[in-house]
Amino acid sequence: MAIECLVLGAGQEVGKSCVVVSINGKRIMFDCGMHMGYTDHRRYPDFSLISKSGDFNNALSCIIITHFHLDHIGALPYFTEVCGYNGPIYMTYPTKALAPLMLEDYRKVMVGRGEEQQFTYENILDCMKKVTAVDLKQNVQVDKNLQIRAYYAGHVLGAAMFYACVEDSGMVYTGDYNMTPDRHLGAAQIDRLQLDLLITESTYATTIRDSKYAREREFLKAVHKCVDNGGKVLIPTFALGRAQELCILLDDYWERMNLKVPIYFSAGLTIQANLYYKVLINWTSQKVKDTYATRNAFDFKNVHNFDRSLLDAPGPCVLFATPGMISGGFSLEVFKHWAPCESNLITLPGYCVAGTVGHKLMSGKPTKVDLDKDTQIDVRCQIHQLSFSPHTDAKGIMDLVKFLSPKHVILVHGEKPKMDLLKGRIKSELGIECYDPANTETVSFPSTHFIKSDASNAFIRSSLAPNFKFPKDEITDMPALHVRDERVSEGILTMGKGQKVKVVHQDEVVTMVGGGKTEVEFGYCFGLNLCNLENIGEEIRVYDDESLLKILNMKLSGEFGELGLRGGLGSLEVNSFRVLVCKNDACPRRIDGDGCSESGGRVYFCCNWSILDKTIAWRVINVMKNMDSSVDL
Amino acid sequence: MKFTNLSQNKGYNLPSCHMVNLSGFHILLDCPLDLSSLTIFSPISTILHEQTFDSSSSKKILDNYNLIPFEPYYKTIERGHLWNVSLIDVVLISSPMGMLGLPFLTRTKGFSAKIYATEATTRVSEFMMKDLITMHMEYKQLYGHEENNFLQLMNWKNLEAFPFKLKEIILGKDGTELGSWMPLYSAVDMKECLQKVETLKYSEEVCYNGSLIIKAFSSGLEIGACNWSLKSPKRNISYISSSIFSSGVSMEFDFHGLIGSDVLIYSDFTSTKTNYSINSENVNNQELNDDDFLLNSDERLEEMEKLNFICSCSMDSLKAGGSVLIPIGRLGIILQLLELLSMHIDSFDLKVPIFIISSIAEELLAYTCILPEWLCNYRQDKMYSGKSVFGHEELIKEKKIHIFPTINSRELLMMWQEPCIVVCPHWSLRLGPVVHLLHRWHGDPNSLLVLEEGIDTDFALSPFKPIAMKVLECSFLSGIRLEKVPQLLKMLQPKQILLPDYTKPLFEPLNKSLSCLFYTEAETIRLPNSNKLSELHIATNLASQLTFSKLKNNELTMSRLTGDLYVEHGKHYLVEEKRSTGLEIGPLVHWGRVDLGSLLVGLEKIGVKGLMEYGSNVVNVVEPVKGLIEVKETSVVISIGDESLASRISDVVYGLLNGV
Repeated sequence: MAIECLVLGAGQEVGKSCVVVSINGKRIMFDCGMHMGYTDHRRYPDFSLISKSGDFNNALSCIIITHFHLDHIGALPYFTEVCGYNGPIYMTYPTKALAPLMLEDYRKVMVGRGEEQQFTYENILDCMKKVTAVDLKQNVQVDKNLQIRAYYAGHVLGAAMFYACVEDSGMVYTGDYNMTPDRHLGAAQIDRLQLDLLITESTYATTIRDSKYAREREFLKAVHKCVDNGGKVLIPTFALGRAQELCILLDDYWERMNLKVPIYFSAGLTIQANLYYKVLINWTSQKVKDTYATRNAFDFKNVHNFDRSLLDAPGPCVLFATPGMISGGFSLEVFKHWAPCESNLITLPGYCVAGTVGHKLMSGKPTKVDLDKDTQIDVRCQIHQLSFSPHTDAKGIMDLVKFLSPKHVILVHGEKPKMDLLKGRIKSELGIECYDPANTETVSFPSTHFIKSDASNAFIRSSLAPNFKFPKDEITDMPALHVRDERVSEGILTMGKGQKVKVVHQDEVVTMVGGGKTEVEFGYCFGLNLCNLENIGEEIRVYDDESLLKILNMKLSGEFGELGLRGGLGSLEVNSFRVLVCKNDACPRRIDGDGCSESGGRVYFCCNWSILDKTIAWRVINVMKNMDSSVDL
Repeated sequence: MKFTNLSQNKGYNLPSCHMVNLSGFHILLDCPLDLSSLTIFSPISTILHEQTFDSSSSKKILDNYNLIPFEPYYKTIERGHLWNVSLIDVVLISSPMGMLGLPFLTRTKGFSAKIYATEATTRVSEFMMKDLITMHMEYKQLYGHEENNFLQLMNWKNLEAFPFKLKEIILGKDGTELGSWMPLYSAVDMKECLQKVETLKYSEEVCYNGSLIIKAFSSGLEIGACNWSLKSPKRNISYISSSIFSSGVSMEFDFHGLIGSDVLIYSDFTSTKTNYSINSENVNNQELNDDDFLLNSDERLEEMEKLNFICSCSMDSLKAGGSVLIPIGRLGIILQLLELLSMHIDSFDLKVPIFIISSIAEELLAYTCILPEWLCNYRQDKMYSGKSVFGHEELIKEKKIHIFPTINSRELLMMWQEPCIVVCPHWSLRLGPVVHLLHRWHGDPNSLLVLEEGIDTDFALSPFKPIAMKVLECSFLSGIRLEKVPQLLKMLQPKQILLPDYTKPLFEPLNKSLSCLFYTEAETIRLPNSNKLSELHIATNLASQLTFSKLKNNELTMSRLTGDLYVEHGKHYLVEEKRSTGLEIGPLVHWGRVDLGSLLVGLEKIGVKGLMEYGSNVVNVVEPVKGLIEVKETSVVISIGDESLASRISDVVYGLLNGV
């Protein structure tokens, strides 16, 4: 059994996230995004690599979408409605609620730019009907063997990391995530899982970011300064996510500073989105969540709908307008009106695709921007670049990888040189296999597998019962303070014809085969001349058996202290080895002696032991034999 | 496994309560509070109070209506107090009502169990408890501090003087329940209790103590209400509390997670009143798709029919100039009723306000707007299409519904107009605004009181007599309809079903196809230990090191296995030893017989000459050194003075035995 990971998008780049993972025979597509930078066939993942025949329903077990951003969901209606995928699709409740807005917004932009539309509004609705919404931590049984589970990812409302497991093999696909909480979302959260594979985004593979609050303050100051001077602020954003975050920030600031300057939302679209945010407030951070009863944080007090007539009205205002990168639509129209005035302010998101007005404004300090051949706009207004982005930084990625400690890591959604550096760190610092495949490349490795067997109760009990050892202090004869638990699971694995593999305790084997246990033991009885022992033990009368053993114990302990020699009643023992003074002249095990115990202080010792202790036994016997005075003489 | 039914299901407001002993864990299922027994106390009302007592005379034990005019006590689970609280390991809460008695348990010294409930159940229950505490405070404020408490009054002399009805409620049918009366918990008790609850989502998996896997599945009864699946290594249990297949509010009954358990504890029998007999033919001939049959919208339609009936009765009263009082706290019902009532009001073009009077209503209704994940498909679809999930959100904005925390709110007095519709707690008619309003309207024949089943209506209304207002008693669906039970059980395929004893006549005929056991209140059922073997997961690298040996004259193949065993998430894993000794140990267990003849042959092969003593079981070794081999029934003893020779001889002996 193996795991095969085919990267269809976001391999060594940002855009059109799409990874197809085969795990123990199940095939899951994670995300189905589109690339904002292309308008040709490169905008979608190359789906033909999944199935040559185009029979995607049999080729895939399910599709999982992590969040509503277009580079993660943009190709979904195309894949389901045009390519004909009909199987299960999973996403969180907020993603299911907000994705249609996002897709429809994008479709309109496409149509507005005069491009051929890839799917219709009906396509979007039909596509969403096939989606099963899931809650965080809810276990979803996709089929008999495939189980998936969503974890909070914090990137945008409803963003989730997904865990998938088939039989014994588990993996996590993070989508985009944020390891630090922001104004309206919490930090990503996941359980410690046994994983074969972790696929993580790596947008900020090498960046370490400081606290967001400083940059948020900067933004608020810039906006405040502008409206104080009677200027107008244009905030181009996409309908969802950033708009709500900035709006919470501003609404809160307006309350605190008691500002009366109006804040406008450009189209009905964003207001509509706010309604979803209100219902789904449970998916935001704890602080925002707690506001639901008194005043839902997404019930913006100072926010109004924008009317086109206000475009050239005098006086300061703040306006949220779509689309985000001033690539067309209403934000471009506003830009044309407001850019030539010095007192106005335009804020730009952290990342703009090449070719958009936003991208032109970011590169250098242009005084003029060419819109097309005939139109040129003077840019005299101020530009403020927002530098907070809801992605985790390098430290967050390393923390997550370390926390989950998977067997393999695959990096996606980043830039090649930075990913290489991060890959090196993961390999060297954490000792985990790491890959950063390019688009259309496949990475494969074996999956974890356990052999299943039945286990008898006696085996389980013997394995779980602690096996305490109390090493004795030889000098004081008092139990020492430390206790060792040396439990090892020892059992017998049996396989019979037509039977399930079964693990039993060794005592059960004999009954299983219907026979009696037979022990193989060793015996040895030998004589020693112990005249010189008398000299050693001056104070002790050694002809008493007990004292004889005591002296023997003393002598042997010198050599075998570590073995834990125990003096029993009339005997000495080490594990199964047992020696006692033999008084029986007819002892059958007395083989090499002369048979006469009375002559000259010759004492006989009878030993027996089992095979496990044969090494110890012979060592002890040899030491004892060396005590024979006749040898010494 | 042991199972004890502590108290039986008495409808929506008093779910059943059980104790299960599974794999050594004591699991308490639900901890409700019997609020219907509040009816033995006098209702609070200044007017009634004045009517009942002269201010000069000392307090009597019974008022004029034969009710007890003292600060109420509350009746907890019968027999619950007989359990040693510290022995409970896990508490599972299936519905908001099943949690109302929990603070009594958690404040008990020695309580250390882990409590699990769904997120929504916990929140809704918190609202209900808060409301109960607030209403009780009002009572206390009226009566002030008392020298005697309720229990002190309950001596035999006083009890003897009580009417039969009162005695029965106080002491229970078998006269043992006096000990279950408690003074109400405080807000602090409640807070501490809630802090101990671990909240879950539907079908979220939690693992107690590494081996007990617990999952909650939607039961459809109420927002957040659930059934449970418990998996221990030896036995899987499904627990079905009162469930509704499809309701207009809460998420549909999710039975897929309950399929194939070893034991099914069936605790939903609220609707046994229906005269329906089950015959086994009916079960087998069911050709419909299971999901369709079970989840069809019958229940929802029935519910709507009842709600519409309430609405049309209400309209009749309003048109006649009377007001409507709805003291129902059942969340799902109220949410739908608010929508329907305003629709009816609009369709008759009446200008009648709906007042909701409750200390927690505002917060609770706001909360219902933000939990789409816990609602039925119909409500979720409303959310996706961008509409409000519940009608009340708009109705409040349109000022058709007004919410007030108490009946004394200044805003309420300013707005008050009659006729009106008032929705408020509480169906036992002893606490909260309902008392004042009943006193106001009980004599008006045009007014309407809508009551929920679950109490003795006649007794509950006794302090408000004479009653001229109309009383509408409703029983809302709060369990699985009986005709669907056989089909459900057949689908769930449990190996064993535990059913309440009074269903015996209904289920006896099914016993052929399903193994049923019937439980009686307060009696413990023991199920024999299952001889199911635990499943062991052996790491592949460990398994690849095994050396197998085939036994002589036997089909078995065996191998010795050593590793570290650990239990995680209810599964046993055996992995390679961390501190592996690396020493190859030979077989440790041997069996079989040593034949002396073969032994001699074997010895000869290694150059050892032995002599068999005739008639004995001893072989004397004569060459190369002297020695002795004794062959006994269960052992072979080799006595020889040479280490290597002894070891070689033992190899010969082992060769004649089976071993592993």
